[in-house]
Amino acid sequence: MLKRPHFIALGLVALLALIILNLPHQAASHIKLAIGGLFLPLFGLSKSSQQLARQAGDAVTTRAELLRQNEQLRRTNQVLQLLASQADATLQENNRLRDLLNWQRQSPWNDRLRLASVIARDPANWWQIVQIDLGSRDGMKTDLPVLGPTGELVGRVSSVSLTRSEVMLVGDANCRISARIEKNGQTGIIIGGASTWDHSLVTLSYLSGVGNVKPGQAVVTSGMGIFPGGIRVGQLAEASHMTEQGFAEVTVKLWADPGVLDEVWVLLQ
Amino acid sequence: MNWLKSIIILLAAFVAVFLEAVLDGPRDFLGAQIDLLPAIIVYASLSSDLVTVSLVAVLGGLWLDTLSANPLGISILPLFAIGFLIYPRRGLIVGDQFYPRFVLGLAASALVPLLTLLVLLSMHRTPLLGWGTLWQLFAMSLGGGLLTPICFWLFDALNNALSYLPVAESSFRPDREIRRGRN
Repeated sequence: MLKRPHFIALGLVALLALIILNLPHQAASHIKLAIGGLFLPLFGLSKSSQQLARQAGDAVTTRAELLRQNEQLRRTNQVLQLLASQADATLQENNRLRDLLNWQRQSPWNDRLRLASVIARDPANWWQIVQIDLGSRDGMKTDLPVLGPTGELVGRVSSVSLTRSEVMLVGDANCRISARIEKNGQTGIIIGGASTWDHSLVTLSYLSGVGNVKPGQAVVTSGMGIFPGGIRVGQLAEASHMTEQGFAEVTVKLWADPGVLDEVWVLLQ
Repeated sequence: MNWLKSIIILLAAFVAVFLEAVLDGPRDFLGAQIDLLPAIIVYASLSSDLVTVSLVAVLGGLWLDTLSANPLGISILPLFAIGFLIYPRRGLIVGDQFYPRFVLGLAASALVPLLTLLVLLSMHRTPLLGWGTLWQLFAMSLGGGLLTPICFWLFDALNNALSYLPVAESSFRPDREIRRGRN
């Protein structure tokens, strides 16, 4: 049944696969970038078709629907005006307190944040990776922190091409983050997803003890490693337990649900 | 060798990999992204030549690994293994029926991720694995199995639309015509 050409093909493909798998990391990354360039027209096409579909949808909206939306927007506007006036008062109080404590008036990150759209997700189910539409031409570099819409930690930039970047999410086992339980100051390392069902659960490990750790306590970045300290990560989902290695471990529910990310902030250096 | 057929299969593999990266529907609905490459390699193995099977495995694997965090080249061998298992036995497989296509697609869609995970683990990588992985494998296998007959139907329709149909030879031969009559 098996003939000589079959074995020749098997040998050639196996040899090629082995050569590619054993390429140096940098060479493999360059090849990935080069091959990834082939998908650029499709990404562009996808973006423009989404815009076209949105425009077409706008064009065929009925008058009744427009009136309903108008009414809804009017109500939302009133609520927002109320919230804005409350926010003004809060901001004034906040500024006053900052002045009193001699803190910086504004967050140091305000001018370093770049908004990016999530354009693709990893086709393989065993990685927690997304692609964003900013690349090296937009100032992207590896290991930059990536934040969710309201400033919570989402992951880090793991590789960069000219127009796109790959973001390794907090739930990926290779995205290790030094984090701290805000209440008691215990520091540990987030070592990846705690569940293959719910990607918003991660494991915080290497904690020194189980005491004083309660569900609901906030977890932030510790400031050790590549991330600035104090970025919100999530909250403890359950009480901690000891591992066989003598460390305490606890499950953390991330603030940012990785499954519903459409836009993210990248914190530039 | 029918180059048009090979080009159609390769283009389909390219588009399939792109769609897997940008379409979130299956991931949101089933909790797993369905891989179309096993279905395409089953089609290539049953209806194309060995060069096309090898090209789909190599290029499809490289394209998939490019848009993924997989090490480059890791998907080549699992895809080729499926092609290599089916291709020499294709004379024994009734490839024009729904059921064999479904079963082959199901088996290929289960084996490809399993083999890929095996290679990943043997390279000391740390993919996200757990009990949910079993569900993901089940969803990928069933989804791939159901999509395989659809792939066959689509490819056959495309091939018929774009290729020249073979000229049907008449069984009539003038030298063997039976002439009736007395002379």
